Amino acid sequence: MDFDIAMLIAQDGISNGAIYAMMALGMVLVFNSTRIIFVPFGDLAAYAALTLGFFQLHQRPGTIWLVLVLALIAFAVEAVELFNRKAGRRIWRAAALNCIVLPCLPCALALIAPPDLPLAAQSALAVAIVLPIGPLLYRIIYKPVANASVLLLLTISVALHFALSGVALLCFGPEGLRTQAFLENDLELGRFTISSQMLMMVIAAAALSVGLYFFFDRTIPGKALKATAMNRNGARLMGIRTHSAGATAFLIATAIAAITGVLISPTTTFYYDSGFMTGLKGFVGATFGGFVGYPAAVVGALVIGVIESVSSFYASALKEVIVFASIIPIVLLRWIAAGSAAPADEVEEG
Amino acid sequence: MKSSHLLLGTALALCLASSSAQAEIKIGVDLALTGPNASLGIPYRKGLDAFPKEIGGESVTLIVLDDGSDPSTAVKNAQKLINDDKVDLLIGPSSTPAVFAIAPVATSSHVPQIALSPVELGAKEAEWVVTIPQPGSIWIQPILKDMAKRSVKTVAFIGFSDPWGDLCFNSLRNAAAAYNIEIVADERYARTDNSVTGQVLKILSKKPDAIFVGASGTPGALPHLALAERRWKGPTYASPAVFNKDFLRLGGAAVENVMAATGPVGAYEQLPDSNPIKALSAEFTKWYEAANGEGSANGFAAYSYDAAKIFAKAAPLALSRAKPGTQAFRDAFRAALRETKEIVGTQGVYNFKPDTAYGVDERSVVLVKAEKGAWKLVR
Repeated sequence: MDFDIAMLIAQDGISNGAIYAMMALGMVLVFNSTRIIFVPFGDLAAYAALTLGFFQLHQRPGTIWLVLVLALIAFAVEAVELFNRKAGRRIWRAAALNCIVLPCLPCALALIAPPDLPLAAQSALAVAIVLPIGPLLYRIIYKPVANASVLLLLTISVALHFALSGVALLCFGPEGLRTQAFLENDLELGRFTISSQMLMMVIAAAALSVGLYFFFDRTIPGKALKATAMNRNGARLMGIRTHSAGATAFLIATAIAAITGVLISPTTTFYYDSGFMTGLKGFVGATFGGFVGYPAAVVGALVIGVIESVSSFYASALKEVIVFASIIPIVLLRWIAAGSAAPADEVEEG
Repeated sequence: MKSSHLLLGTALALCLASSSAQAEIKIGVDLALTGPNASLGIPYRKGLDAFPKEIGGESVTLIVLDDGSDPSTAVKNAQKLINDDKVDLLIGPSSTPAVFAIAPVATSSHVPQIALSPVELGAKEAEWVVTIPQPGSIWIQPILKDMAKRSVKTVAFIGFSDPWGDLCFNSLRNAAAAYNIEIVADERYARTDNSVTGQVLKILSKKPDAIFVGASGTPGALPHLALAERRWKGPTYASPAVFNKDFLRLGGAAVENVMAATGPVGAYEQLPDSNPIKALSAEFTKWYEAANGEGSANGFAAYSYDAAKIFAKAAPLALSRAKPGTQAFRDAFRAALRETKEIVGTQGVYNFKPDTAYGVDERSVVLVKAEKGAWKLVR
């Protein structure tokens, strides 16, 4: 491997790593505030990318109908609960607004919008359509079992991933899509060209990790989310509204997923099921950060990206094996570093 | 009230009686309609609509099951179709590993099977199983001939890290020696990978004269995109599994001048009128695009279409010897498959021989080149 090749591989590794970093951030965010390992995170990114791809093919994406169906189910679930609680008028109105009006607004826009929107508008619309999917799924699936064990929540997440990728096949068909590039010009640095797409991803991941770090460690709503995840009852006694914490976390996470999907769709071919592998590698990156720290998750994801790129050069047939096997030394090192401390999970539940 | 119940009961009984009096040919189909291989399974499924609804006075019923791209589910499906539905014939599966898994089931149950995926089977299993697609040993020939014409001495391989990638690599390796062509790299990637930059850099560092990509469908465009990024200008070849419009749409300028081996249906418009495949391919394209939209015709649906043509040719012969639903019919159908000669399809002319599952010859493959978003025949 000479210097040129090493530089190209490093660049490839970092641009892949930036994608995994976004995934890792979303997963850490959801885990930190709900104790859910959100496996379908990558699927949501694929939904956004494919929705944008469909706009560019001048077709109506199936996500519109998915959101409408989810909104109706969520409202039905909410209605049963409110009816049993004999809730007042104001609460009913809020439920209708949250479950029906807000999710369906972007869908309605997409249905009436002219087919040849500018790229920025298409991207914004794609993000807006996918945005309600996370909170609606939380309302329907996770909220009723919010107090369950981490293992049960993980099992539900895996099942949800299979359901979502099946729905994606139904909505988008089996073929892959790539969208138009946002930025065509690449930066020339002497002999090397740096893709502006990669630069954008790295900046987005860095900004997001710093932002999330400050949100959770320096602001009251962030601390409230964290407290809810650590101890639901304790947080409630402190006057924190725990029931809306999960939905907020899912909204932020879905926004990260959707933006990631839209940002990487010009350089990555998205298939209905390609979110899973990307998400899984993000998971490995998040493990590097112990699933708690945002900057650590980004560093971990970038390391995974570079490991993947280097191994695709030296032993392409064993690439996935090397990437996923790297989780073993990572966990081992963290365990040694932590001394005899118990795994974070037990501390939280204790 | 009572009399109407009685009437309903009688009508029901009559229906049941009439359906048992008229025999039907039951065909069990297993395809990957969901999971990672769905992009091939779905067009295969659409092509199966070409099966006749009735043949020789017997109705034809297709029972389609989805194996979710999992060979062990494919085996369960095959057992269910054979034991519960008592099918006369199995069609599918759509992926090579699944064919390997099902073929022993069909063989031991003595049910004829028409597979839709390339597969090397032993003589014992080839007795009951035939397959439609071209074997690697046939479709690699025009590619190697073209390389030899361009005096290529070294070729690099990049393909899927799955059985299809292996099949492509083995076809290349087994035939390359005869043309004095050396394989200098064997790089692999997964279907859902975001990038193949590492593999492509490795290949280019070996300075090959030509590159062969052993992948399928839209994921097969990824190496071409990465090669174009690195400004590779040499001859590039692709396997028959990329012959669809989506590959060209996704690859765009990066797949310009890529050459692929494909069945004649891939460039039928440019075949001479004397070739019987031309008329049938035109018929297939018109039929398929009428149902699925302009530009939707593809090689996978064409394989299914050919399976329907083969069935339509062999079934009357089998029906003249035995009644459907019996083992005698299955035996007769197996014999009829081998006895019917020169069956014209869209992918070739089929003559199934006793000791191999393949039925096509060199007429089943042409070399095409991607030019401005369409495949053009290379003469």
